[in-house]
Amino acid sequence: MTETATADKPREARADRTAFRDLRLEIEEFHFDYADALERGEVEQWCEFFTDDAFYCIIARDNHESGLPLGLVYCEGKGMLKDRAFALRNTEMYAPRYLNLQINNVRVHEAAGSTIRAEANYLLLETLVEEPSRIQQVGKYYDVFERVDGRLLIAERKCVYDSVVINNCLVFPV
Amino acid sequence: MDGTSGFPANGSVAGAPADLVWPADEWEVPDWVYTDRRIYEREQERIFFGRHWNFVGLECEVPKPGDYIRSYVGEVPVVVTRDMENGFHVFENRCAHRGAEYCREYRGNTERFVCPYHNWTYDLAGDLVAVPFRRGVKGKGGMPPGFDMAEHGLRQFRVSAYRGVIFATAREDMEPIEDYLGPEIREQFDIIFDGTEQVLLGLHRNILPGNWKLYQENLKDPYHATLLHTYLTTFGLFVTSNESDILVDPVGRHSALLSRRPQGRPDVSEEDRAQIAAYREGLKLNDESVLNFVREFDSSWSGAAMTIWPNMTALRQTNILNTRLIVPRGPNELMMIWAVFGRASDDEAMTRHRLRQNNIFGPGGFLGIEDNEALKFVQDGLRRSMPRVGLALLGDDEEETDTIITERAIRAMYRYYRESMAL
Repeated sequence: MTETATADKPREARADRTAFRDLRLEIEEFHFDYADALERGEVEQWCEFFTDDAFYCIIARDNHESGLPLGLVYCEGKGMLKDRAFALRNTEMYAPRYLNLQINNVRVHEAAGSTIRAEANYLLLETLVEEPSRIQQVGKYYDVFERVDGRLLIAERKCVYDSVVINNCLVFPV
Repeated sequence: MDGTSGFPANGSVAGAPADLVWPADEWEVPDWVYTDRRIYEREQERIFFGRHWNFVGLECEVPKPGDYIRSYVGEVPVVVTRDMENGFHVFENRCAHRGAEYCREYRGNTERFVCPYHNWTYDLAGDLVAVPFRRGVKGKGGMPPGFDMAEHGLRQFRVSAYRGVIFATAREDMEPIEDYLGPEIREQFDIIFDGTEQVLLGLHRNILPGNWKLYQENLKDPYHATLLHTYLTTFGLFVTSNESDILVDPVGRHSALLSRRPQGRPDVSEEDRAQIAAYREGLKLNDESVLNFVREFDSSWSGAAMTIWPNMTALRQTNILNTRLIVPRGPNELMMIWAVFGRASDDEAMTRHRLRQNNIFGPGGFLGIEDNEALKFVQDGLRRSMPRVGLALLGDDEEETDTIITERAIRAMYRYYRESMAL
């Protein structure tokens, strides 16, 4: 498990931090583009941030910490991501909304060959018509990136959210 | 201690508000059943604390002795435990001393509950087992000499565990749960809960800004299935021409919507194409394995969506198995606790299949998003607009039960509701 590896790794590994500084900047740039695609509702573009056999899930923190595997969203492979993107674009009914996705506290834990393990905090703010802005999700990404033809792609992203009691429903991914 | 004493008796809340009169036409449902605080309080007393069995959780949520979860009876927080002899207990999450809600974890394992305020301590049955400084210090202070710990436990509900499902009631005069379900509904219930060991896959929780009855109605309303959920028709999971049946128990409180998926992709009729605005032709999923149906039920129906009055839904849809616990939170809001499960006999591939398929339901699921949004829209309309009545006119109560274009089960529910509520 990614986060177990994280916990085992001393946080004061300063040498690593220096070595990973460029990588962290690169991942932050990646997150900026990723958040931008979702904020604009470009769900098809969102799929292109992942490898073909990527694993993506959004899981409540209480489930995660109890070893319960159920995801709010649980996708194995890009096909399932594309199917979700298609449904959001074409078949799903939901109220219009503005999204604001903040991604920060990026930390790189390991870089071996083309594989990079990292984590970040995320905060999804949602604003519906004539309603105050509200926090829809607050959580952490546990990520595995792969470098494919020079470009970073997500091979695994577990979005573990603290905001266990969801405000009505989560329409767009995080 | 007397296990079910201490609850308010029926009739402790005043009579039906005189200004609220049901329309003469029983097929009309007035706004105020969804928005009026007096109606809401009457429901707590007459429905959730009345002569009904409330769903509080699944045995697989508390699989080991000493396991507990937070749950609810109506709006009241309770704790559900499994004791060291594998008995189940349900008692209030409110210390008998100063009223603190002492259990603050979603779930856990313990031998006793200690209220952090003054360390009053309860066992897994909710009985009071320790009061610090009960005799005072140096002969001063302490509890009065006549204080009997046996009389100051947590208020306990009567419990019935039936086929892995835990129910609780505040009443002592309840019929057995089997009789409460009734033979027709029980037959369908016993297919989902077939007596084999279940394994919890996880929980979802969401707050929905809508009255709790809207959720009951949603699962008693097959009319919306293909109109709101175009995902179903678009990808061939459910079309209006699928064979279906709608069961309602004799008094009208429980229901089961049964459906049968044909082999392969069902034909979408000309009628469907013309009526369903958002329908799109010729689409298929990139990953169709998500919709695979691994046969596992002893039933000719591939899907059953059930409501058990007052606070439970149970679903089997292809290989999705879940329950939903409806927690009212005032007239305008409910919390939903979804428990998703599989079977102990599932191998890893089957577990993953269920996890993948569960993208359809839950507060992030293709159908779950739409239901929650639609119910919010309804409550927004009820709360903010000029009063009027809602209509439940579709279908004929006397016709064959094999059409989904009907609101028969909703009408049956309100007939029963009015009787329970004396409205």
